[in-house]
Amino acid sequence: MTPTLTANETATARPQKLWQETFYSWISTVDHKRIGLLYIGYALLFLLIGGFEAMLIRIQLAVPNNHFIAPEVFNRMFTMHGTTMVFFVGMPILFGFGNYLIPLMIGARDMAFPRLNAFSFWVSAFGGLLLYYSFIGGDGLYGAGTAPDVGWFAYAPLTATLFSPGHSTDYWIVGIFLSGIGSVGTALNLVATIVCLRCKGMTMGRMPLLAWLYLVTSGLVFIAIGPLTAAQIMLLLDRYLGSHFFDAQAGGSAVLWMHFFWIFGHPEVYILVLPAFGFANEIIPVFSRKAIFGYPAMVAATVGIGFISLGVWAHHMFTVGLGPAGNTFFTLATMIIAVPTGIKIFNWLATLWGGHIHFTTPMIFSIAFLFQFLIAGLTGVMLSAAPFDWQLGNSYFVVAHFHYVLVGAILFMIFAAFYYWFPKMFGRMLSERLGKWHFWLMFIGFHLTFDFMHVPGVLGMPRRVFTYEADRGWGIWNMIATIGAFIQLAATLVFVWNLIRSYRKGELAGNDPWDAWTLEWTTSSPPPHYNFAEEPVVHSRRPLWDLKHPDQPDSDYE
Amino acid sequence: MSAHTAMLTPSMDEWRLPDKGTVGMVCLIVAESAIFIIFVIAYIFYLGKSLSGPTPAQVLKLPIVETVCLLSSSLTVHLAVIALEKGNARLSTLWLAFTVLLGAIFLGGTALEWRELIYQDGLTIQTNLFGTTFYSLVGLHASHVVAGLLMLGLMLGFGVAGKLKQEYAHRLHMISYYWHFVDAVWVVVFTVVYVIGR
Repeated sequence: MTPTLTANETATARPQKLWQETFYSWISTVDHKRIGLLYIGYALLFLLIGGFEAMLIRIQLAVPNNHFIAPEVFNRMFTMHGTTMVFFVGMPILFGFGNYLIPLMIGARDMAFPRLNAFSFWVSAFGGLLLYYSFIGGDGLYGAGTAPDVGWFAYAPLTATLFSPGHSTDYWIVGIFLSGIGSVGTALNLVATIVCLRCKGMTMGRMPLLAWLYLVTSGLVFIAIGPLTAAQIMLLLDRYLGSHFFDAQAGGSAVLWMHFFWIFGHPEVYILVLPAFGFANEIIPVFSRKAIFGYPAMVAATVGIGFISLGVWAHHMFTVGLGPAGNTFFTLATMIIAVPTGIKIFNWLATLWGGHIHFTTPMIFSIAFLFQFLIAGLTGVMLSAAPFDWQLGNSYFVVAHFHYVLVGAILFMIFAAFYYWFPKMFGRMLSERLGKWHFWLMFIGFHLTFDFMHVPGVLGMPRRVFTYEADRGWGIWNMIATIGAFIQLAATLVFVWNLIRSYRKGELAGNDPWDAWTLEWTTSSPPPHYNFAEEPVVHSRRPLWDLKHPDQPDSDYE
Repeated sequence: MSAHTAMLTPSMDEWRLPDKGTVGMVCLIVAESAIFIIFVIAYIFYLGKSLSGPTPAQVLKLPIVETVCLLSSSLTVHLAVIALEKGNARLSTLWLAFTVLLGAIFLGGTALEWRELIYQDGLTIQTNLFGTTFYSLVGLHASHVVAGLLMLGLMLGFGVAGKLKQEYAHRLHMISYYWHFVDAVWVVVFTVVYVIGR
């Protein structure tokens, strides 16, 4: 271990390579760190595309009776925005961080199945390309291209060949199907890595919480992606072989699609948010200079969330009419999920409590995450009451609620993770000055957009309308939301600029810039391709603390 | 850390973790099970909801021979694994040949059944909800049988070419897990489609 601590391979001292060599080494790589970076880069690209689509939506809605984009284009934009952000930004970026960090954190040299890892990435990437190819090939030979416009949950009968002629919906089906194969492959790989490749002494109770969170996320991937894949196969059979799964005229049921989709769709929320919790579990203790509060409770809460999240899907369908028994069950199940999430919030607060808090960029993103996730959870509890949901289901209140989760919680933690682990990945610090700009712009823009978006929802504005009349009183709220969206765009551009600039001339990071405690910080920055020259041995949850404080190791207290 | 390494307790020397192949295969089986469960739910949900005939009771016959073949192939593949683990590649090849043969008989039986359903009973995937759910569920299972047979056939090919070695026993073991899974799914499909649903 000691030699790896001192060996500092800096980013600058690399020999020059031909670009063909570099290109070939990246597309043929099976190294978990490179595949992780490929995942992250690919997701960032789609983040910009999905963000661009969101901007078009916001510009269109800024003022009443707007004709900035046509209704058909608006439908394509919200479909592509939702699909892109969930399947080709959220999943790959979280898998990217998991890929990069898990082996380093548990003291392994690579993932359990490196070639499967590469396969999973490329098949997911191909799925994203297919989805976007629909802009060119969507109408097939009928004429000009078009993208899918059935919404990201693609309710029947909109997806029937009668209502979706051409191939745009097929690209949507196949793109998501492929991304699902990639997700299952990577999740399988993560589980095998976490269960089978931990270094000596790292019992399950000593694993970094991030690894625990990814373990539960991966378990959810197996159970949630299956139903989605099955439903996509059924839809493809309906469209190509004339079967009748979702064809009401032959006795089929459109509601069955809703059930199948949301059996996937709700656990998916937790698939996305659990890794974000994982980032918080690593970042908050380091910048509070305290060990995480309530490690076993955190693990138990995570597993609890995993189980409960499998039994709440129909709260997306209250407006369908489930009957008293269904409504009661899904209302209660949904409310119960607030208990383990509450445990997590209190544990994070207790970690902060009495800590020596360092307000670095990753930390301020994490603190904003804490409060924003709390508000997202509170509107979630409101919507979980079926009568309340009957009033506000499919309104902008719902849109504001889930964007609070996806942006306010998940995206904020992803940004925190970038600021925290970028030095490990590239050997250079991200600029704190630009980071603060990024944070405050993002924070203000986010709250302008999504706080005020709740209001038109309460006033009755349904989601997915392409424009509205001036006398509804929705105009001012939408204008504020659009202004906020532009500020978020500016924040994201600052972030991208920060990435590019710091990659070139950021301050050198060294091995352990944050004085952190998990194993990835024992390696050089960036780590050598074999990660650890000597297999590490750990005796506590904070192996690096033990190393830095041999007189007072954690292992004496755990 | 070297100071700590010296403090290693004896239990740390016996640091053993589960086999990654087994864990990976179990994960794959869980994910695949989720897909099958949805198809089974669709089948049960649409039982008796077809707007026109034919109904399961009119056209389905119990596939006893196929079922016996497929279930016994689980035993033969297990024997093939045991033989290879003991280093007896020729015996293993023989059991693999039996396994592939039994699997092929199962597929042939399904093919004949479908032929009869399509040409004599006029049931296709387009006919009604029964046809839709029947062909998709049984077809999904059959496609898994095909995938299993391809893997087993590859091992059989190695065996016939004399290249099956004891060191591959673990891989054959993993394939056998998949094959047992395919068999277990058939027990569910058989019960739902041919016993309960008829």
